[in-house]
Amino acid sequence: MHKLWAAARKEAQLLRRDLGGLAILFVMPIVLVVTITLIQDSSFKSISQLEIPILWVDLDQGPIAAQVLTGLKASEAFVISEDSNEDIAAQLVRQGDYKLALVIPEGLSEELKEKVTGKVDATLATFGIAETVDSIPESEATSTQEIKLYFDPVTQQTFKNSVKNGIDKLIAQVESEMIYQAFETALNEGETSSTSFAEEPFIAYKEITMGHSEASDDHTLNSAQHNVPAWALFAIFFIIVPLSVNMVKEKGQGTFARLQAAPVSYLTLLGGKTIVYISVCLLQFLLMLLIGRFLFPVIGLPQLDIANRWFLLFFVALCAGFAAIGLGLLLGTLANTQEQAAPFGATFVVILAALGGVWVPVFVMPPFMQALSKLSPMNWGLNAFYEVFLRQGAWQQLLPDIGLLLGFFIITTGIAVVYHRKQHRI
Amino acid sequence: MIRIDGLSKRYAGADYFSVKEVSLHVKPQEIFGLLGPNGAGKTTLISVLCTQLAPTSGSFQIAGVSPETSTRLVQQQLGMVPQEYSLYPSLTAWENLMFFGSMNGVGKRLLKNRIEEELDSLGLATFAHKRIQTFSGGMKRRVNLIAGILHKPKVLFLDEPTVGVDVQSKQVILKKIEALNKAGTTLVYTSHHLNEAEDLCSSIAIMDQGSILCQGAPKDLIREAGVTNLEALFLLKTGKALRDYA
Repeated sequence: MHKLWAAARKEAQLLRRDLGGLAILFVMPIVLVVTITLIQDSSFKSISQLEIPILWVDLDQGPIAAQVLTGLKASEAFVISEDSNEDIAAQLVRQGDYKLALVIPEGLSEELKEKVTGKVDATLATFGIAETVDSIPESEATSTQEIKLYFDPVTQQTFKNSVKNGIDKLIAQVESEMIYQAFETALNEGETSSTSFAEEPFIAYKEITMGHSEASDDHTLNSAQHNVPAWALFAIFFIIVPLSVNMVKEKGQGTFARLQAAPVSYLTLLGGKTIVYISVCLLQFLLMLLIGRFLFPVIGLPQLDIANRWFLLFFVALCAGFAAIGLGLLLGTLANTQEQAAPFGATFVVILAALGGVWVPVFVMPPFMQALSKLSPMNWGLNAFYEVFLRQGAWQQLLPDIGLLLGFFIITTGIAVVYHRKQHRI
Repeated sequence: MIRIDGLSKRYAGADYFSVKEVSLHVKPQEIFGLLGPNGAGKTTLISVLCTQLAPTSGSFQIAGVSPETSTRLVQQQLGMVPQEYSLYPSLTAWENLMFFGSMNGVGKRLLKNRIEEELDSLGLATFAHKRIQTFSGGMKRRVNLIAGILHKPKVLFLDEPTVGVDVQSKQVILKKIEALNKAGTTLVYTSHHLNEAEDLCSSIAIMDQGSILCQGAPKDLIREAGVTNLEALFLLKTGKALRDYA
């Protein structure tokens, strides 16, 4: 034990003297989590929370355009500016000033009203209620009016689809209302009844987010709940770079060779490193939680909801830290130069992060990449964090992922020790 | 104290032996000089004896213990002062010595006393809490020496302990080596300073291209070869050709 603590003390002293290394370990994750969360915050919001600037061109000037505009304003999804010229609107979208221009064609309200009235009369005539349907020419009855949507090329297909669906819904609502009113007018011989068109839908949606406990429906994935654990994991795994470089430096300085002649096991030396670097991992994690909890609300980001699950969160961070350290110890054992350890370590962490769902959630990846992501320890860590943060999971739900993380630590450290023994077997 | 039988070492991928069928016997409390030109195999031989490298063939014993029996027991008998400084530059002399002493199994209290004692004896007491990166070459050499002797090993391997130091530091180091020997430590010492070796060593071996060319007491070897000093013997045995390796 004396040797283990002496080895740990030496690692702590080395780390304390390396201010650049400490900055990488603590400042880099803070900058990353704040920057990425600020960038990604909007993509985690639904379309209705975004307030996208759009341009409204009303060539109709009728009730339908007015109702669609009211619907758009009510949605609170858009910041609406108005213009009267379609060409200017198209030009402004082309320049990127607006994400979308919506052009309501001239005569839309009148034409739709005529069509609806004609269709209602035709329907009533088949029941012998109305007298004739000859008043609507066939060509007019089948013509289609176009609402034009000019999109900025940078908009994504998902955004386009959301907008089209939203406008479709508004038009359908207006159309239904007109049909209803036309029937009412026809059946009451020109008088509308006091029963107005029901604005409240008969069928509504109730959204229930499934978790392991009843309280879980408050915990949906937002930018803080995703980014804090994701980038905390990235920081934790980034520790493989300073750790492996530290080990390679020891080889170059000759201190490692000196230790090989001393009666101390390689496992003890690795143990000393593990104690110090796992403490660093936990400190990094604490820092990230505090940032999410206290700094995020100040800078307009959602507050990280920890929901009194500190212990489980730290346990997951501990297991993730062990997995990262195992990888660092293996890389430090295999690499002979800093040029091998540092670039490989950094690149490998980025790949593991990408695969693990740190940047893009795994469920939006193609099936092959989703399968591949299961091999990334960062994916196991992220799943365990989601389990605690979002699904309110208990120990038993965490076991598979933390088992994988701890197993990964044992395997990588084991390989490092075996490789070292093989290289230096007397 | 050290018995080596037919020891060979060939590095992975090399087509020659760095150490070839070496057999030696170093008596207790001897200062044994292992001499040879660059690339002769001295450092490799010491690395094998210090259990840093596995031999390709042959065997050895230190204080009657073979590494095949217990590497850990062999390591407990030996100390090593490598040719490189082998210290952590960002740590202080004290921190380095506390670490290496602990790794050699010396208890904390005893270790503190020994460090104070050795720093004082090698003129470094006032620099104990300065970082190694601020030390001169001679100061680093002295700390390097202390790191190898804190656990009072029975056998001490010194790989060119006076290379690149000023005369003052060299004198302090050589005096310390003699004091260690008088205290009962067996020393195996390599150097290119042949006058120094002639004065210091009770027995020497001249090595070249991995093989031992001659071994015995320096005076006997000089007399038998009919030369005037160790340098002449060295050139007689190893030749004048340059030893450039890449």
